[in-house]
Amino acid sequence: MSTSTVARARAIRWWDHVTPAPKDPINSVTEAFLADPCPYKINLGVGAYRDDEGKPIVLQCVREAQAKIESSNFLESNSTAVSSKLVEESAKLVYGEDSDVIKEGRFAGVPALSGTGACHLFAELQRRLYPNSRIYLPDPTWSNHHNIWRDAHVAKKTFRYYHPDSKGLDFMALMDDVKNAPDGSFFLLHPCAHNPTGVDPSYEQWKEISSLFKVKNHFPFFDMAYQGFASGDLERDARAIRIFLEDGHLIGCAQSFAKNMGLYGHRVGCLSVLCDDKTQAVAIKSQLQQIARTMYGSPPIHGILLVSKILSDPDIKATWLKEVKVMATRVQRMRAALRDSLEKLGSSLDWQHITNQVGMFCFSGLTPDEVDRLAKEFHIYMTYDGRISMAGVTTKNVDYLANAIHEVTASDQDAKVLCNLRA
Amino acid sequence: MAPPDPILGVSEAFKADNHELKLNLGVGAYRTEELQPYVLNVVKKADQLLLEKGENREYLPIEGLAAFNKVTAELLLGADNPVIKQQKVATVQGLSGTGSLRLAAALIERYFPGAQVLISSPTWGNHKNIFNDARVPWSEYRYYDPKTVGLDFEGMISDIKAAPEGSFILLHGCAHNPTGIDPTPEQWEKIADVIQEKNHIPFFDIAYQGFASGSLDADASSVRMFVARGMEVVAAQSYSKNLGLYAERIGAINVVCSSPDAAARVKSQLKRIARPMYSNPPVHGARIVANVVGDPTLFKEWNEEMEMMAGRIKNCDNMTNKWHVYMTKDGRISLAGLSLAKCEYLADAIIDSYHNVS
Repeated sequence: MSTSTVARARAIRWWDHVTPAPKDPINSVTEAFLADPCPYKINLGVGAYRDDEGKPIVLQCVREAQAKIESSNFLESNSTAVSSKLVEESAKLVYGEDSDVIKEGRFAGVPALSGTGACHLFAELQRRLYPNSRIYLPDPTWSNHHNIWRDAHVAKKTFRYYHPDSKGLDFMALMDDVKNAPDGSFFLLHPCAHNPTGVDPSYEQWKEISSLFKVKNHFPFFDMAYQGFASGDLERDARAIRIFLEDGHLIGCAQSFAKNMGLYGHRVGCLSVLCDDKTQAVAIKSQLQQIARTMYGSPPIHGILLVSKILSDPDIKATWLKEVKVMATRVQRMRAALRDSLEKLGSSLDWQHITNQVGMFCFSGLTPDEVDRLAKEFHIYMTYDGRISMAGVTTKNVDYLANAIHEVTASDQDAKVLCNLRA
Repeated sequence: MAPPDPILGVSEAFKADNHELKLNLGVGAYRTEELQPYVLNVVKKADQLLLEKGENREYLPIEGLAAFNKVTAELLLGADNPVIKQQKVATVQGLSGTGSLRLAAALIERYFPGAQVLISSPTWGNHKNIFNDARVPWSEYRYYDPKTVGLDFEGMISDIKAAPEGSFILLHGCAHNPTGIDPTPEQWEKIADVIQEKNHIPFFDIAYQGFASGSLDADASSVRMFVARGMEVVAAQSYSKNLGLYAERIGAINVVCSSPDAAARVKSQLKRIARPMYSNPPVHGARIVANVVGDPTLFKEWNEEMEMMAGRIKNCDNMTNKWHVYMTKDGRISLAGLSLAKCEYLADAIIDSYHNVS
């Protein structure tokens, strides 16, 4: 046998030791939903906006921006300019139109692969500049936050956030954990429309948190994925960040245009890091660009063109602001409708958290077993933590949903009745 | 402060320069006569189709657009390739060549801790950076021989042989960057022999499929030969050059495994790596490629446009064949190889190649 035949005879198998990865908890909900043939199934899993027909939409502002882009000849020489425009306009949304930070160029800003990409860049930067630091994540938080900092090799801890009994904020425990963390710790905060709980600190609470952060010299990193979805007003939803800005913190902020512009698949967002001065900003920006260069080079231009156009064209921007309000309002209406429906069914459980919580998600309080039953018996899909994406609720399906929840919580209701009887 | 990227830094400096006669001979990106990035006609058509369809902008799955993944694997390996039919290929959409290489690097780091990647000397500047940031050790194998201005084949084979068993050998599928020098088919067979002998893993970077010879199939012959031998192969693809989609960041990582089960497991781990990096890949470029490659009319047109682009590269062949000036097929020249005495000669060569070669 020739050498090459011998070589060919030996078939090497390199991947035997590779185990199947666990499924992503959020994506697997969508997969299960898609696989279900039931015509009246409901997807309450992924945080993607749907209209009242349950359909994904393309915003009018996006269509208009698209038309303007098509008609102009994109020259390569524009790409840096367009990226810079995106960063500048994005920063205005976070820090304010007239912010000094922007005027003085005191921030490092780069376009990023939506919110995930922005968080990832920051996590990598954190490891490079503060290799022994940790990130404090709220408990609970978006599941992918844990993956991001873990893969960036940054140690993680959690701080108390959600109070399961009140289904609201555990403010005392939060402040306690912030106080007990070593000085100069890195904290991840959701500035509005917390994912998955929908529970946000009040204005006064944010002020107290900011003060304590100042005392402790902590680094506040904001992940803003839902600006506009909490109140319907983008400025109002940035309030928490503005408080920190006023108090003189040098913050970091990840922004996503996936939800509020409906540009999910285009992966467009922004990472900004406030700096002492312009020199520092230039240095940090170069580090971020270098991190990005070995990961994917640069972000895709299509999304950048769209967002840059939407934000810099006053008419299109005005349309966008109106559309954000429409989306947020519809979600708020569905919250009211769901709560109303459950109360009308005579549920003895307390459902006010449905309307107290804000943004796209409702942390329903449903148990994993109940979530399972909802999927198997009612073809209603949500993540096991009981998080409901309210954007998936429509006028047509809200009563069906309420009925289903009412049914699966029957034993909880019985337990409550028994409890009350005994008391 | 991070140092400017050696390649992109040139483009940045070029953009900052206001002189009317400026010329960018930096990045290896195809240009029109007006020196604008060339937007292929098929891409314009595909783009128009997308606009008319009014596709939504929802998230792609983590592994990317299914239609894209199907056509990209077929383009690389041939639609009738048994490994595709037997579902032995794990394909995940990546952000161009860079993103796809990074996914592979992360997979190597996780599942072959300590294993080295052997890269050619020289190679594309970003290869080292990618493996460094992914914490994958690398070393070099001899490739370019300045004495012969050709491939140092003996050196290459020798260095691959000397590498510890189970190393990943990074090979440029075609149109080696930056030298433009590719092994002959016979040399490829010998390279495959030694990789098999040493239980190494072939890791292809295919950034120029179709661009090297004008034929998509011919340019994939090296990869296909390895796969035909029953070898498990890792292959990163990019559509930055051959479809001019640099800015849209579209590519793929393919892992040809020995079984469908292995392919499924590998794919799941690639997804696990991608999720914290960027959650899911961008949709626009993927749709364009899927439309162009998946539509017989557009695909045929693409092949024709490719030949035309490769034809411009015939200017470069004229430089070599007629004037004995050696440069990479994508038109890249290194002025470091130029002496004062030869400037006029080079000028003559360039003028002749542009004016007299159609």
